[in-house]
Amino acid sequence: MSQIAIKIEGVSKEYRLGIIGQRMLYRDLQSWWARKRGKEDPNAMVGSQQPARITGNDRFLALNDVSMEIKQGETVGIIGRNGAGKSTLLKILSRVTAPTRGVIRLNGRVASLLEVGTGFHPELTGRENVFLNGAVLGMNRGEIGRKFDEIVSFSGVERFIDTPVKRYSSGMLVRLAFAVAAHLEPEILLVDEVLAVGDAEFQKKCLGKMGDVAKEGRTIVFVSHNMAAIRDLCERVVVLDEGRVVIDGTSEEGLRRYLSQKTIENALATADEIESRMEGVILRKNPHIRFIGIDLLDTTGYPRQSFYSDEPVRIKIAFRCHQVVHNMRISVFLTDERDNMLLYALQVDDPEMIGLFRRLDEGTYETYCEIPPNLLGEQTFFVSVHLEYPKTEHLVVPKILKFDVRFQGYNGIHINYPAFFHPQLRWQAQKVNSSSEQAV
Amino acid sequence: MTDERQNWTIVIRNRSGWLDIDLKELWRYRDLILLFVRRDFVTLYKQTILGPAWFLVQPLFSTLVFTVVFGRIAKIPTDGLPQPLFYMSAIVAWNYFASCLTATSNTLIANAGIFGKVYFPRLTVPLSVVITNLLTFIIQFAVFLCLLLFFYLRGAAIKPNALIFFVPFLILQMGVLGLGFGVLVSSLTTKYRDFSFFVSFGVQLWMYATPIVYPLSQIPERWQWLYALNPMAAVIGAFRYAFLGAGSVRPLHLVTSLAVTVVVLIFSIMLFRRVEKKFMDTI
Repeated sequence: MSQIAIKIEGVSKEYRLGIIGQRMLYRDLQSWWARKRGKEDPNAMVGSQQPARITGNDRFLALNDVSMEIKQGETVGIIGRNGAGKSTLLKILSRVTAPTRGVIRLNGRVASLLEVGTGFHPELTGRENVFLNGAVLGMNRGEIGRKFDEIVSFSGVERFIDTPVKRYSSGMLVRLAFAVAAHLEPEILLVDEVLAVGDAEFQKKCLGKMGDVAKEGRTIVFVSHNMAAIRDLCERVVVLDEGRVVIDGTSEEGLRRYLSQKTIENALATADEIESRMEGVILRKNPHIRFIGIDLLDTTGYPRQSFYSDEPVRIKIAFRCHQVVHNMRISVFLTDERDNMLLYALQVDDPEMIGLFRRLDEGTYETYCEIPPNLLGEQTFFVSVHLEYPKTEHLVVPKILKFDVRFQGYNGIHINYPAFFHPQLRWQAQKVNSSSEQAV
Repeated sequence: MTDERQNWTIVIRNRSGWLDIDLKELWRYRDLILLFVRRDFVTLYKQTILGPAWFLVQPLFSTLVFTVVFGRIAKIPTDGLPQPLFYMSAIVAWNYFASCLTATSNTLIANAGIFGKVYFPRLTVPLSVVITNLLTFIIQFAVFLCLLLFFYLRGAAIKPNALIFFVPFLILQMGVLGLGFGVLVSSLTTKYRDFSFFVSFGVQLWMYATPIVYPLSQIPERWQWLYALNPMAAVIGAFRYAFLGAGSVRPLHLVTSLAVTVVVLIFSIMLFRRVEKKFMDTI
């Protein structure tokens, strides 16, 4: 029976809206004077678009009665949408701020990697910064001295260790900073998105180091958007939504439930997301074709989720052929929220594509499908994509992305109905009779 | 399943008692305090031409200006002491107090970036500031001693006396007062930024409310009780008296000064401890 490392009991965090930011004494006096005279507070919050979690009296619950126990040696991933309360929870755990209600008990030394390199001073040398940063993170000088060589060789900046860090490249700085943090050896490690920095190789190294830490029986709480990293590292996943724990389970089950309920909020769908939502005829062993990514782009190639009606919407489909594939078909569907089929398009509708797709060698490919401008009305569209290798595999990714169209009007006339299509059609008009004849 | 009596290392909750100054934790982070001191001292004068010579220039020039303006032009008496010594003794001491106060007064705002990311006892920062300033003070104090020796050898009427043995306590008291008021202002600025504007000119006004450019003996007897309320008046007076042997040291003033110091320190640290837990939410 293992010991509890973190025990969170009924923790809530309330923020008062409108007290964020600078405050001036005279403003408070002004508000007070206005209230005293029974007038409206001139400094009250203006605007109605307030989140749903307002509990009245301008209070906002970032965390709402969160309870959980984390055992020693467990690696727990915390996921959720932006604003779900992940970072707030981590901030409270790392004692950057205090909870409004509830108690958290921790057993063991805690170190947080909320952001690497906190406390680095540009004028100091790498060596001096290692000691300073280590001390900020809670190590004493003896400890840092013992691990110094290991830290420096992990970071790979040996040659520049006595150079002021302002001369370092940003990559070197991040490597040195992470190296310090990675050698903390706390009993409880809190990690927030640090892996978003550095090049791919270094990220891999960091993940490896974290995996080692986990194997040593330390407790890790890991907040990330990187589903693959969470799946690889964590045995348990907690999903937060609107400040509450909505899913708490093994990482495989938790991630599956999370992805299936998640309304897609990105213009980019990664291979992982597609994989988890893929249906149809799928060969698990020896696959022929697989998606790599599906993106929504504007004309400049920038991912977007909202388009004007007078600009084209480009859907990029990237896929891999694991072996030679003949006569593959790619199709795109637009549907509405209720799965009503609105639009269907096949890549071989375009005569140029027929020859291209007659035979595809092993490798990765990108296709673009462009929905022309001045066609769609002001609506939300869901994109589904099919990838078909006739008689072998048929991959279906339903409603993987969605986008909004803002209708722009034609000729400066902006009359807007909630129709799915509002194309600029050809009209004709002529006078058929004179008014005097009509009167007869 | 779990033993409710399990020994938890850390308990995080909304509020703890008022008297929650964790000295043990502060002691564990003593290396951090020293590293902060080192960082501040090393980086303070990087990329300046004169470097640490600024430590010497600043009190010497202030003394020169004071001697000309207040001594020669305004002809304010100095209890019969050589004017440069009279001014410099007070300037060196006041500088220490004032720099502690101003530098600690923006602790929470200036370090919001790092405080928002990692926990360590917040008091390490103002404590390190006070120590860094102590180093500056020691250098300036050495300059003062040279000047003292110079005048002494020339046979000026100065009588260093046994009060010198109390000087370390006076220095400690100035550091504590600067820390106390600085931390107090720092806690208040998290709620009202007005206080940060108040600090720089407040310190200047306070300097004139302290017998620095004039001796206490110039103040009419019926107003002297006011100086009992200014904790720095007694400290500066005693400091000056210890080295120069002139002026007035009133035991009552020293006692009230000490009392004010202790009260300010305790109150400001209690306030600081309450503010530091949540100030990140409002900043």
